[in-house]
Formats: sequence, C-alpha cells, structure tokens
Amino acid sequence: MTEIEYALNTFYLLVCAAFVMWMAAGFTMLEAGLVRARNTVEILTKNVALYAIACLMFFLVGYQLMYPSDGVNAFWPGIGFGLGADNTAAAVTAAGSGITYSAMADFMFQVVFVATAMSIVSGAVAERMKLWAFLGFTVVMTGVIYPWQGYWSWGGGMLAAIDYSDYAGGGIVHMAGASAALAGVLLLGPRQGKYSVDGRARALPGANLPLATLGMFILWMGWFGFNGGSELIISDVGSANNVARVFVNTNLAAAAGLVAALLAARLAFGKADLTMALNGALAGLVSITAGPLTPSPLLAVCIGLVGGVIVVFSIIAFDRVRIDDPVGAISVHGVCGIFGLLVVPLSNPEAALLSQLAGIGAIGGFVFVFSLAVWAVLRMTVGIRVSPDDERAGLDFAECGMEAYPDFAHGAD
Amino acid sequence: MKLITAIIKPFKLDDVREALANAGIQGMTVSETRGFGRQKGHTELYRGAEYVVDFLPKIKVEIAVASEDAERVIETIAEIARSGRIGDGKIFVTELERVVRIRTGEVNESAI
Repeated sequence: MTEIEYALNTFYLLVCAAFVMWMAAGFTMLEAGLVRARNTVEILTKNVALYAIACLMFFLVGYQLMYPSDGVNAFWPGIGFGLGADNTAAAVTAAGSGITYSAMADFMFQVVFVATAMSIVSGAVAERMKLWAFLGFTVVMTGVIYPWQGYWSWGGGMLAAIDYSDYAGGGIVHMAGASAALAGVLLLGPRQGKYSVDGRARALPGANLPLATLGMFILWMGWFGFNGGSELIISDVGSANNVARVFVNTNLAAAAGLVAALLAARLAFGKADLTMALNGALAGLVSITAGPLTPSPLLAVCIGLVGGVIVVFSIIAFDRVRIDDPVGAISVHGVCGIFGLLVVPLSNPEAALLSQLAGIGAIGGFVFVFSLAVWAVLRMTVGIRVSPDDERAGLDFAECGMEAYPDFAHGAD
Repeated sequence: MKLITAIIKPFKLDDVREALANAGIQGMTVSETRGFGRQKGHTELYRGAEYVVDFLPKIKVEIAVASEDAERVIETIAEIARSGRIGDGKIFVTELERVVRIRTGEVNESAI
C-alpha cells in the first residue's frame, strides 16, 4: 500500500465513522418523536448516555474482545484491554496490501456500530423501563455481549470459518440489538393502557411526528456510512466502484421500503400511516445491510420492497401477541435483519443458506439468552420497571425531574 | 344584560368576528377549547391499533351585551356559524348580573 492509498482509505473510514455516529442522533429523534410527551426527557437522556457508555466500554474491553490479536478459540476470544499502537509508515509500505488503513480509524469505525446496536434496544423498552437499569444493561451489552458475538464473524471466529456472510451487520448489529430488545421487552411487559381489558391492542400515539421524520432521514443518511464504509477500502477503481454501488443499493432499498410500507398501511388501514412509512424506510435499510454490494440495483429495490411489507405486518403481529414495542424496533431490526441475511445467497455465490441460518441461530440465540439472563438479574436486584404511579405521571418527572416543554415552571422563591 | 357563549367550528371564527363587528359589537373573548355533542368524536388508527378522539377542537366565543342587543347577536352567530353539518356547535345565553370596566370603574351598560 502506498502512503497516499493508506491515507485515502483512512480518510474514507473516518468520514464514514462520523456518519454512523450521527445515526445516534437519528435514533434519538425517532424515539423522542414516537413516545408520548411525558417520556421525552427520559428517552433523550437514555440515548445520549447509551452512546457515551458504548464508546467507553468498547474502548476499555469491547474492541480487544471483538478483534483479539490471537483468539483463544473459535468461540471465546479471550480478554484484552484498550487499543494497540497505530501503524508506522515503514510497516505500511513493507506490508504490501496487508495494512490498508489506520488502526485508530478502524476502532472509530467499529465503536459507532456498537452504539447503533444499543440504540435499537432503547426504543423497544421505552416509556416504562428504569433509566439506571437500562444503563446497567448497556454496560454489559456494549462491553461483552456485542463484541463477543462480533468476534465470531468479523473478528475471525467460528462464523467466519463457515463463511457466514454479513457485509455491514444486518445480523451482527441489527438482529443482535433486536434480540437484546426482545429479551428486555418480554421481562418488562407492555406499557400501561396498551391493551384493553378484552386484550385488544390500543394505540398510544407518539407526541412529535416531525421529530420522528427527522430521525428517519438522519438514519437514512447515516446508513451511507454504515453500509458504504463497510467496504473498508476505497483506494482503487474496483473498491471505489463497490462503495458507490453500496450507496446506490442502500438508497434504493430505503426508498422501496418506504413506498412498500406506505402502500401496505394504506391497504391494511385505509389511511396513509406516516409512522409505518418511516419504519418502512428503515426496514428497507436493514434488509439490504447484510448484502448491499452483490445485488443488482433492481434486486436491491425488490429486497427493500419486501422488507417494507414485512415490517408493517410484523408490527401488527407483535402487537397481537402482547409484545409492546413503541417504535417497532424488533420488527425493523430483528425480523428484517433476518430477512436480509436469508436473501444474501440470492446474489452472492459465496454465501450459503445453511451458513446464514447458522449465523442467525448462533447470534440471535446467544444474544437473546445472555440478555435475558442480564435483564433477569437486574429485575431481581434493582428492578427494571418504574412504579405504576411513575409510569402514569411520565418518566420525565420520575427519572429526570424535568419535562421537555415546561410551560408553567418557574424558579423556586 | 346577557352573556352569550357560542361554541363554534374553528374555521368559522373569522367570519363570525367580522359579522359581529359589522353588527356593532365592540368586544369579545375567544378561547380554543375541546368538546363533543351528539357526534361523540371519532375513531382513528395509529400503527394498526385503534384510538378514539373523544373531544374535538372547537372555539368558544364569549360576548357580553345589553339585553336589547342579545337577539341580534344570537341571530348573527347562528346564521354565520352554520354549515348545516353535524358539529356546528351551540349558543348558550345567560343573565349577566354585573359588569365593571376595570380601567375607569364604570359599571353595567356603560362598561360593555
């Protein structure tokens, strides 16, 4: 690698990392828009804190766990701490094509993915979970659970050995986040008032749909870094073309997902449901994430379309079985994440359906069971659900002692 | 003296204000409010689940008038605020015991 190629790859990776970091803002706005006004400050606090904790935990132990210099075995990577030294110019030139970008840039690009996985959890457990229990779970998820399973594929462990194919993390990031969320929601139960006495799902409409829409667009933009950066190299014609193709496919899948969800909701409910359209765009993005490079643009559109339809009916189905997910995170990231992994073999001859199924089972099962155990310990010790009174009054007052729009508040005398 | 309280559809407010000004009415108080009558709100869908809008947005107009002006004001509001469809609202008329203009201390008719 020449120095200029190395510099170009590093620059590209850092810009993409900044894009993915901004997805934290997207999740925050999406969730703030889809919860009720009295839980706004709490969901904002949760999102800013989880991003910060994810960065610290992945720096302290996560990065070495996910990318050990020598894994102990294919299942367990072994413990390591902090970051190593960066590459010298001499080493880069001498290594030929072996060293392609800065090790620090690699850490930056990886750490923002951890935060994305954790953001998925916060939306699903919104409006009823204790803030500090959630942050406790964040420490374990971003420090241990996520990097441990990430080692299996991206870190060179057992899933890499069977050619499990997950280009940008449809399973490793999105399905993993959704699995942790599902475990939490099962132990947490639905929000007060979500179900009528005869068991029918009731709507608890979000307070601010302009914010939710802004959040969706921020996520869409951030996804260009998420998928587009996952090529990792851009310094030759082939790689540059690949990155451009990933951008095109990512954008088309999101567009197709949005249109499909909008139409599906119109047919199913009789009205254009904006929140379903927003979920549809995200469903298209998640569906293409496991394989955004190999499909033709037309196939990317088809994958997005199917993802957009799946998400609408998945949200309704989860509602029916009393899995209350205020923002649809489990449907968007879990169900569409699985769908995206399963369609990778359609366009990528190096991926096999069996390997994809093995990856889904290993990652989904491991993250779900590990998370369930952590949530259960938290429930038995500090408790994970706020009191019914606090839930009625809103988490803003109960957990943060302030509200988002304090019209009638004034300073104490 | 009478206090006339009219509950009307929000988009009729400008027309009602203009018609009453033309009829010589010099002041009114308006507030945004919510309520239901025989139409009893409506049901909507959000993400496939039902929710009920029990209270619909309305405008409440309050006008204090001398007794001889009351009929003219009531007729004007009833004519202008009517669309002929459900939800046009109601007019309530009550006796007004006393009126004071705060700035000058004038009372009753001369304070209206």
